[in-house]
Amino acid sequence: MPIEFRHDVDAVLEYAKHEGKPVLLDFSAAPM
Amino acid sequence: MWPDERVVEFVNENFVPARVHVKADSEQFRKYSEQYNAPWTPTILMLDSDGVERYRIEGFLPNDDFLSQLMLGRAKIAFAHEQWDEAAQRFREIVDKFPDADAAPEALYWAGVALYKKTHDNTSLKETGKAFTQRYQDSSWAKKASVWR
Repeated sequence: MPIEFRHDVDAVLEYAKHEGKPVLLDFSAAPM
Repeated sequence: MWPDERVVEFVNENFVPARVHVKADSEQFRKYSEQYNAPWTPTILMLDSDGVERYRIEGFLPNDDFLSQLMLGRAKIAFAHEQWDEAAQRFREIVDKFPDADAAPEALYWAGVALYKKTHDNTSLKETGKAFTQRYQDSSWAKKASVWR
């Protein structure tokens, strides 16, 4: 099962705050 | 890094994962790379639930090193939130599971600090200082802990 990265960082930060969960933010240039 | 099953499991259990790709998410990449001062890739930030950066990994790492660095970041988040038991346990887990990783000496150091912060008993610092006489003697963390012996 892959990691399901989200791409809307604003939404992630809001969700993480609500859930009290840390965020992993990956700045990537990997081939897509 | 990312396809490693242990990494996938650890990330999914411990973080809300977000990715900004330099090309596919160029606007978000520009915004957040500036906000978090992350001009290079790969850069992985570990933020607490308030969006405050607590640890970062810059550049590629092999799987064991990468996972142990992720664990270090997660432990530092617990430490920053004064969750001393959890932080100490997470730091110790790094030393136990990845004793040869670069993260291990740092984790050993902070495990001692987390216990001290909980108890205010300097025994944990003394024991940590002594532990550094047995392992990781050449690390900068051993130098830092040498005053505790």
